[in-house]
Amino acid sequence: MTSPSTPQTTAGTDDRAERIERIRQAAYRIRRNALDMGEVQGQGYIGQALGVADVLAVVYTDQLRYRPEDPHWPDRDRFLLSIGHYAIALYAALAEAGTIPLEDLETYGSDDSRLPMSAMASYTPGVEISGGSLGHGLPVATGMALGLRHLGNPARVFNLLSDGELDEGSTWEAAMSCAHHGLDNVTAIVDVNALQADGPTAGVLRTEPVTDKWQAFGWHAVRVDGNDVAALVEAFDEVREHRGSPSVVICDTRIGSGVPLLEDREKAHFMRVDEHEWQIARTQLEEGLAR
Amino acid sequence: MTSTAPRKKLTTSAMIASFADPGQRTTSAPFGHALNRLAEERPEIVGLSADLAKYTDMHVFRDAHPDRFFQMGMAEQTLLGAAAGMAEVGLVPFASTYSVFATRRAYDFLCLDIAEPNLNVNVVGGLPGLTTGYGPSHQATEDLAILRGCPNLTIVDPCDSVDIEQAVPALAAAPGPTYLRLLRGAVPTVLDEYDYRFELGKAAELRTGRDVVLISTGLMTMRALQAAARLESDSVDVAVLHVPTIKPLDTEAILRAARTDRLVVTLENHTVVGGLAESVASTLAFAGAGTRVVPIALPDEFLAAGALPTLHDRYGLSTDAVVARVKAELGGGRHAPWAADPEPATV
Repeated sequence: MTSPSTPQTTAGTDDRAERIERIRQAAYRIRRNALDMGEVQGQGYIGQALGVADVLAVVYTDQLRYRPEDPHWPDRDRFLLSIGHYAIALYAALAEAGTIPLEDLETYGSDDSRLPMSAMASYTPGVEISGGSLGHGLPVATGMALGLRHLGNPARVFNLLSDGELDEGSTWEAAMSCAHHGLDNVTAIVDVNALQADGPTAGVLRTEPVTDKWQAFGWHAVRVDGNDVAALVEAFDEVREHRGSPSVVICDTRIGSGVPLLEDREKAHFMRVDEHEWQIARTQLEEGLAR
Repeated sequence: MTSTAPRKKLTTSAMIASFADPGQRTTSAPFGHALNRLAEERPEIVGLSADLAKYTDMHVFRDAHPDRFFQMGMAEQTLLGAAAGMAEVGLVPFASTYSVFATRRAYDFLCLDIAEPNLNVNVVGGLPGLTTGYGPSHQATEDLAILRGCPNLTIVDPCDSVDIEQAVPALAAAPGPTYLRLLRGAVPTVLDEYDYRFELGKAAELRTGRDVVLISTGLMTMRALQAAARLESDSVDVAVLHVPTIKPLDTEAILRAARTDRLVVTLENHTVVGGLAESVASTLAFAGAGTRVVPIALPDEFLAAGALPTLHDRYGLSTDAVVARVKAELGGGRHAPWAADPEPATV
């Protein structure tokens, strides 16, 4: 099975509403998958996973071309997780996509699991690169995109990075390279959750104005609310038509999005959730879907 | 005060292009031409460089195959990350820059993007060891020490143009990542006078000898052969074991050569820390062989700038220095400390 490809033109408002509702449902399941995995470890990058769930739902259920049963299909679009610690979010999306079985999620981060805390290509079907050391995704994406174009393969390369990762010089080396080589088969996605390990991004190392920076580097840049599915769909539809330069979708996301208990908590890079709170979180998530 | 005729001063700039001896037979840009020949047979071969194509002989490939050459700019992290990405989609990249940049500046990318996924990426490092007089910024005196600890990585230190020409297709044929210590420009041609073929992972005995065995890698094999010939005229019988593959090391050949009552000397264009000398020493120790090893290598220090012949003399890599060192060791007498001598051990 090839995942449903995006309709190039939206037939009508009903179709569009249906499409957005379908993605919203997928985002709900991705969040629920992430909570289930978070509970296995009792802590982790759950805040980021909830924040980026809508982005992954749009990418995995609406944009990316892949075959869940054949993760090495040569014509697949590549999705590179540069931020290896977002593994929990990617596994949640890969389970939704059918690339990994749902049952695997309960092994998250355990000994001998296929789902290590930091994503590695050699462990998990559908994981393209071993992230974790930040600033690697975009350089590798550059080479994949150059190589695919050289081979006449129309597959696209997506690279999810974080705003914290914009601290890394290699990200900007590669940004310059993608633009120089006119790699319009590259789509970078920047998750701007404004938080990194030592605190708010604005205090650790200021990255704003993020959009201006990418534009100055020669990229087609779009900035959206990364927790607004309709806005995300519009942005991804728009960049897929763009030609001549690489595109970046800058997504402002809220840590813990979809679970008020965690949204309101003091922002933490590595969030601790008490044992009794996981069920509360799941209930709140369900209530949010019903709204 | 005695006056002497003014000596012609050697300059750094005049001496960075080649370490070939005056009048020595050389081959021009053997790496670039070998890559071109390979590219004719294998369409998946591509080349990349980080603003150093012209200085790593990659320009020969660039000019012959412009559609298969990718200029990555002075951005070594992206050079190696992108080479990994190309290998991920089925190409076989050769990525060239200077050794100092491939190892010191972009090591995280070599290690995690290339070596960890075990990709067929071939990293080509120019100016390995002491092959430029530019000083520490360009002298990759510790590249082997950095890279030997990297799992999956094959490391080759060729002697001459023959080694390079034969190594290039072998490196591409090896499924995993490789690092080649590039000799560029007018590269000496030496090994065609011997019954020798480059074989990945294999050491080769180029000469036999009863008194001394020189275990050498890279351009120091050329010096070892010259030193052996000079010592022969002094009735010292010297064997030479050439070890072009540093990793995986041909430990069997090394043990065969070094389990002996001959004087065992290692020669490398690299710091005495973490290169061939310590590889041989650990091979012997791990096998329970108590043979003493005399290391001819660069000292554990940042080296001076200057003309290469001057520096090779000063740091003990010139043929004169090798001959003197072997004679001193055989004579057993007192001698001034050698540049790369470790601190004397106390018991």
